Amino acid sequence: MERTYLPVLLLVGFVIANAVLILGLSHFLTRARPSPVKQQPYESGIPPLGDARERFSVKFYMVAMLFIVFDIETVFMLPWGVYFRQLSCTVPLVNNVCAASNISFFGLGEMIVFMLILLVGYVYVWKKGALQWD
Amino acid sequence: MTFDLMIPGQLIGALLPDVVLMGGAMLLMLLAAWRRESDAWQRVVAVGALAVLAAAAAAVLWMMRLDADASIGVIAVDRFRWATDLLCIVGAGFAIALMSEQNPRARLVAGEAHVLVLLATAGMMIMAAARDLMILFLGIELMSIAVYVLVAMDRRRERSAEAGLKYFLLGAFSTAFLLYGVALIYGATGTTNLTEIGARIILYKLADHPMLLFGVAFLLIGFGFKVAAAPFHMWSPDVYEGAPTPVTAFMAAAVKAAAFAAFLRIWIEAFPMVVLRWFGPIWWIAALTMVVGNIVALSQKNVKRMLAYSSIAHSGYLLVAIASTTSMGSSAFLFYLLAYTLATFGAFAVVSVVSDGAERGTQLSDYEGLWQSRPWLAVGMTVFLLALLGFPVFGGMGFFAKWYLLQAAIASPAPLVTLSVILVLTSVVSAGYYLHLVRVMFMKERDGAAAAVPASGPLTRLVLITTAVLILVMGVAPERVATWSRLSAIGPAPSAISSLGADTPELMPPAVDPAARR
Repeated sequence: MERTYLPVLLLVGFVIANAVLILGLSHFLTRARPSPVKQQPYESGIPPLGDARERFSVKFYMVAMLFIVFDIETVFMLPWGVYFRQLSCTVPLVNNVCAASNISFFGLGEMIVFMLILLVGYVYVWKKGALQWD
Repeated sequence: MTFDLMIPGQLIGALLPDVVLMGGAMLLMLLAAWRRESDAWQRVVAVGALAVLAAAAAAVLWMMRLDADASIGVIAVDRFRWATDLLCIVGAGFAIALMSEQNPRARLVAGEAHVLVLLATAGMMIMAAARDLMILFLGIELMSIAVYVLVAMDRRRERSAEAGLKYFLLGAFSTAFLLYGVALIYGATGTTNLTEIGARIILYKLADHPMLLFGVAFLLIGFGFKVAAAPFHMWSPDVYEGAPTPVTAFMAAAVKAAAFAAFLRIWIEAFPMVVLRWFGPIWWIAALTMVVGNIVALSQKNVKRMLAYSSIAHSGYLLVAIASTTSMGSSAFLFYLLAYTLATFGAFAVVSVVSDGAERGTQLSDYEGLWQSRPWLAVGMTVFLLALLGFPVFGGMGFFAKWYLLQAAIASPAPLVTLSVILVLTSVVSAGYYLHLVRVMFMKERDGAAAAVPASGPLTRLVLITTAVLILVMGVAPERVATWSRLSAIGPAPSAISSLGADTPELMPPAVDPAARR
């Protein structure tokens, strides 16, 4: 059974060796000649404007957080979509087809419940005024 | 009635109490958001939450009446689950009653607090039902995330925010241990189902497999954190002190009960064959927890911290029930949990009254002369403390809880004599701080300059009277509850294992008391 983990071990070894190789080569082959321009933070080639540590309104965090929550929740629809045919059939699929007599609404029902739960969260967020900018 | 858990409709049916609770919680969440936060609206939500809890309890009782049973699957349908569910629902009910009255005193009027208690209770009920390590993880997360928020709820108070952050970090840390344990156990056995794990350990002779043993050890550490057993208890006094008092009571009673129930089920259903390996560690953790909890509690000046250390000590007592590895142990465990839940809620209800919901008066000196100013409060607190101590008659069912626990410990395949002696001796030590508080309440004069102890509101009074009366009545007539806990007990089931075609050796290898071995 331990043999099946060999590829993982190889991958770990390869990653470490690769990192050591790349960093080591750039350390030994390059010469460090720092200048003020080189030491500036990189902002897509534009000269930096002011300090990066600025305080943002909490609203930005709120929107970002809500986005992450709903974004991740919708990711769950992907595996559901992939398995939708199987979920709608009471018996294992034959050639990816389901006989009409075996069709069930299980898959659809599960997603409706999932969406309803999401909807409750959405209505709550709306009612609490978290989507209001002012 | 037997549920076939492979059929989706029947699986939902077997989860009826959980579904009722979660559905109700979501509707109440919308209700809470519908109006501006106010004390009146918060009370409406609290009433709704209590109604949802009552509906869930009715569903649990109905399932018990049906004598529901199920095929082997991801969730358990047995009386142990219903008993744990009822314990958690009772705890949640007390917590909501206390919060709706104490929270406004600390200027907390968010109705969401009650909804979070419901969601945490849903998580606990899933933990009680889990017969699969993934379902267990789902339940733990559902419960923990809600409780993190509850702890940090009093956000204007620094202590509460600190407690919330501490609990969150430690909770995430322990969950990582737990998950790593689950992964290793899955790696060793190829399944996350508890019954299957137990069967495969026998079938493939995995009892000494290092990967499995590491998995069990990580799982033990994870649960050690969750139930605050020494040496994993460091977080709990700080968190218990910082959290709003009703939340502390909820954590000390219901959260701990659910974690212990899942702990017991996993150890009895999945790892009976590894008993020789985990018996020693659990023995030492139990002994250490009892000693550390009780001795450190002696030096506490803050009543909430004192009760937190007392709750650590009680984790140690409950671990003795797990170490006994019999169904008698799990029946003593349920009886103990009921007594402990009632006494804990009663004691913390008194604390929340004395501290006026604002967490100021939680020092021992704030209890001076309580007998003169609020005699009934002092009498109630005495009953709860004596119940926690395990004192006969005046401590009510607390005495029988310890009695059954000791009985189970002695009757286990490897009689836990040393552990029982430690249990009794540390209980004697615990009298040092429980009775000290009683002495402070009855025999010291109250400082004239100190603020008066406020009157308790109707709901708090209801909680106090209910818990005190139940403790005293069940202390006089414990038979009904003892029968209930005996019927709800789970033990290692030989049928589940032999049915999978393994040649079953004797189920419980005679464990050796590590202290007796030396």
